[in-house]
Amino acid sequence: MRKVAIVGTGDTPFTFATEKTSIELFSEAAMDAINEAKLIPKDIQALYLGNCLGDFSEGQAMIQSYAANDIGAFHIPATRFEGACASSSLAVRDAFIWVASGYYDVVLVGGVEKAASMGTPLATRTFSMFTDSHYEFPAGLTFPAMFALLTHLYAKSYGIPLEKLKEQMALVSVQSHYYGKFNPKAQFRKEITVDDVLNGFMVASPLQLLDCCPFSDGAAAVVLVSEEKAREITDKPVYITGIGQASSGRLSVQKDYLPRLRAREESAKQAYDMAGVGPADIDVCELHDCFSIAALIAAESLGFFEFGKSGEAWEKGETKIGGKIPIDVSGGLKAKGHPISATGASQVIEIYHQLRGECGERQVEGAKIGMTDTLGGDGVLCNLIMQKGW
Amino acid sequence: MEYKLTFKDYSNALTKGKLLGLKCKDCGNITVPPKMTCQECAGTDLDPVELSKRGKIVTFTVVNVAPEGRQNEVPYIIALVKLDEGPWIMGNLVDIDPARASMDLIDREVRVGFRVFPGDKYAPGDRARPVFSFL
Ligand SMILES: [Zn+2]
Repeated sequence: MRKVAIVGTGDTPFTFATEKTSIELFSEAAMDAINEAKLIPKDIQALYLGNCLGDFSEGQAMIQSYAANDIGAFHIPATRFEGACASSSLAVRDAFIWVASGYYDVVLVGGVEKAASMGTPLATRTFSMFTDSHYEFPAGLTFPAMFALLTHLYAKSYGIPLEKLKEQMALVSVQSHYYGKFNPKAQFRKEITVDDVLNGFMVASPLQLLDCCPFSDGAAAVVLVSEEKAREITDKPVYITGIGQASSGRLSVQKDYLPRLRAREESAKQAYDMAGVGPADIDVCELHDCFSIAALIAAESLGFFEFGKSGEAWEKGETKIGGKIPIDVSGGLKAKGHPISATGASQVIEIYHQLRGECGERQVEGAKIGMTDTLGGDGVLCNLIMQKGW
Repeated sequence: MEYKLTFKDYSNALTKGKLLGLKCKDCGNITVPPKMTCQECAGTDLDPVELSKRGKIVTFTVVNVAPEGRQNEVPYIIALVKLDEGPWIMGNLVDIDPARASMDLIDREVRVGFRVFPGDKYAPGDRARPVFSFL
């Protein structure tokens, strides 16, 4: 396998409902990525594009071909990836494999979503499509409800009083909002307090409004190239050195393993083993904090903290810059926003800029190895490990 | 290879008061709702069996924000129940005012009944909707 580098990135601001179309959002991010890589659209050999809900938000399926045409990458193979909120992480993983294999030298990969534009009822309905339509949606399962079920189970499994757990969860949202302030592309750029979280509207007990990430519009894109090509383009390539992906069945078949998600543990192990590193080697991590509890669960399964102890880690500041493992210093899904199919590529972009030392006030000094973690529905997991290439 | 128990047959049985599962001849475990293979060992030698409809609540939530078309249902309680036979199933707890739901619900023993979700424009067709009531 060949080494694969990231040499260009582009992302739109993540926002509330925008009037731009999905193709316009993606093309803006894509052209920024291609320009940063000092390439032109006809250098792109393939497009791997994450998009989940275009069918419902705009009546637009098969967006990948039109997006490729829009940026002037005429007639290239273009493939759409659907893995719920992990769509563009899956796309990056596949793009990596195709460049590593030697089949392509230059691939454009990313994702776009207009989830905010759908409004809450339709967005809630379509996000419910990332649950089992025949056996779990009849009960009215929504996305917040899934993580609400896991929250009560987490409290019970680890013997943490619910009130205590709720305060720890609130700190996750508070930290993400704090760092969101320093990200000019974040949807929320204002601090919140624990009281703000604990006084919010109850969405699905015990999850309140500020335990939940927002619905967002936005796009993100990266250019992946072979090592040889990367040397022509930049002195500061970021290499993808570990990849992992795994799946699981509907929530109820995961039973006794819950609140841990086994797919994450399988996926993370693949990525760590391939990169030849472990949790202690990761300098900065962007993980899937779609809900505050989701961040606690993720940080444990990635091996950063013992099971049931993530909340204490957030309390002690171990997840802040300067702490044991800085987590979601982009603002995370909570404050940066979560245009679902753009999220994975956006996490990759944050790690890329962190490793290159380009993150300004939210820079993790000296970061050499970074990791992303993206969850789709209750059954898609993808992890990527990136390292400084100079 | 044909299914031993399809969604339609499982759903129809539940709406007649019968909870069906699949017993694996290889490992003896029960799989419910039905699938092509045993959830424990991926074996394919499965027999449909009728289950006790008894279990315990393992977790729950009170939902206040519903999907499009289902706003008139809120607030409602979703619970995951561990059946006496081992598998977990998802349904609605109907025996308690959602305002009174608390951690005390966990481990409560329940019986499985049913309602019917008539589907919507994205998911057309009746689907059995398990409901749980206290024993
Ligand atoms: Zn078996």
